[in-house]
Amino acid sequence: METKVISPKGKEVKIGDSYPTVIIGERINPFGKSGIKEALERKDIEPILKIAEEQISEGADILNVNVAAFGVDEAELLPFVVENLAKRFDVPLCLESRNKEALRRTLDIGLGKPIINSVSGEFHVMESLFPLAKEYNAVFVIIASDGKGIPKEPERRISIVGNILEEASKYGIKKEDIIVDSIVESIALSTKAAENTFKTMRAIKSQWDLNLILGASNISFGLPMRNFINVVFLSAAVLNGLTCVITNAKILKPYIMAADLIAGKDNLARRYTSYMKSLKTK
Amino acid sequence: MNQDFVQKMADLKEEEVLEMTKAEIEKGTDPFVILDSARAAMEIVGKRFESGEYFLPDLIMAGEILRGVSEIVKPHIKYESGKEKMGKVVIATVEGDIHDIGKDIVVFMLDVNGYEVYDLGVDVPASVIVDKIKEVKPQVVGLSGFLTLAFDAMKKTVEEIKKAGLRDSVKIMIGGGQIDEKVREYVGADAYGKDAVAAVNLCRKWI
Repeated sequence: METKVISPKGKEVKIGDSYPTVIIGERINPFGKSGIKEALERKDIEPILKIAEEQISEGADILNVNVAAFGVDEAELLPFVVENLAKRFDVPLCLESRNKEALRRTLDIGLGKPIINSVSGEFHVMESLFPLAKEYNAVFVIIASDGKGIPKEPERRISIVGNILEEASKYGIKKEDIIVDSIVESIALSTKAAENTFKTMRAIKSQWDLNLILGASNISFGLPMRNFINVVFLSAAVLNGLTCVITNAKILKPYIMAADLIAGKDNLARRYTSYMKSLKTK
Repeated sequence: MNQDFVQKMADLKEEEVLEMTKAEIEKGTDPFVILDSARAAMEIVGKRFESGEYFLPDLIMAGEILRGVSEIVKPHIKYESGKEKMGKVVIATVEGDIHDIGKDIVVFMLDVNGYEVYDLGVDVPASVIVDKIKEVKPQVVGLSGFLTLAFDAMKKTVEEIKKAGLRDSVKIMIGGGQIDEKVREYVGADAYGKDAVAAVNLCRKWI
């Protein structure tokens, strides 16, 4: 399966088994101590552009954008931030929002072929967001949860994905325009968290041959030295069919390069060796 | 109170703690004395968690040990059942939000700490929460939500509780990923907690 994402200026990024694992930079979000939340409150675009630039230079192929800070108007801020990003950088965008008004205004800017992140199995979410697919040429992340909560068992996750796919087909959304988030729970709370994710991923791959995405750092929530866990988990996820990941490019890029190499996606280590050479010359 | 027991439990030595519990029961120690020791240990665990010495799995482990201790001593409690519980808490992830992980940890920690917890699940409308408050008359209501839109649902829930004339009968605590003092004020809750230990501490303070 090949999913194509396109930047507002026309740059293509391909997601699929025969391509390197695509990195979606996660850092433009109002959580944590990055200063994005404060910048959003002031409508100050500079710190956001700076973080965008850093992520691109660190190896992010696509930028995720989440502006849903408490007390800000998403319908005003999402288009504002995205328009500025689109002006400055040639990179495809991933809009993390369920606010239809915010998405519509943002998509109206003309974003090439962006990603909308994400649609879950609740009927009202699908009903609200899937129609956007027809009007705007977008890729959807669908997430294996529904109104009953976040399912722990792979079987239920798979059946929810099945339901969402059925609904998506009613809107004429093509399989290649869907990427599935199989859900990662914290391993601190559930010993089988990683196994449950991988089982779900493998089943979705074999039943529907869809591209697979994860927000991988959830795996280490509540634990010390989280990067050790994130790196090992992410490598294992690549070996289980992951084709793109929302993460911190700076920390994880070299490991993803190595994981792609191990997974047999990097012929004669061309990409790995040239990446390491480029680090040396920096 | 048994210092060695408290220490062992705070250090999460499960087998030793359960053995000691059985031995104490055989000696005829009052089950409530054992439970008091266990709760003292839980307070130490909570402090270690807050200081960064312990992590989430340690907290859950402590909860499992406490549950084990409770199971051993419970059959030996002769008082009427009402006295076992520390107080009642109604808890829910508010309407429009389905995130349950944080809420589930809070439910678990309150439960093992001796509170009678009514977990209404996820995506719970304000009216259902109000009805439950009328039914079980809790001292504390806990509202959970991760999404920004959950804050509006929390606010609405607090308003509904007010309209039903129940606001003065309960303390309301809120929790979830992005919640801070500003959100607490917006929602009209009494307090917010950043994790399960904070939730337990609030209940201890209020009940």
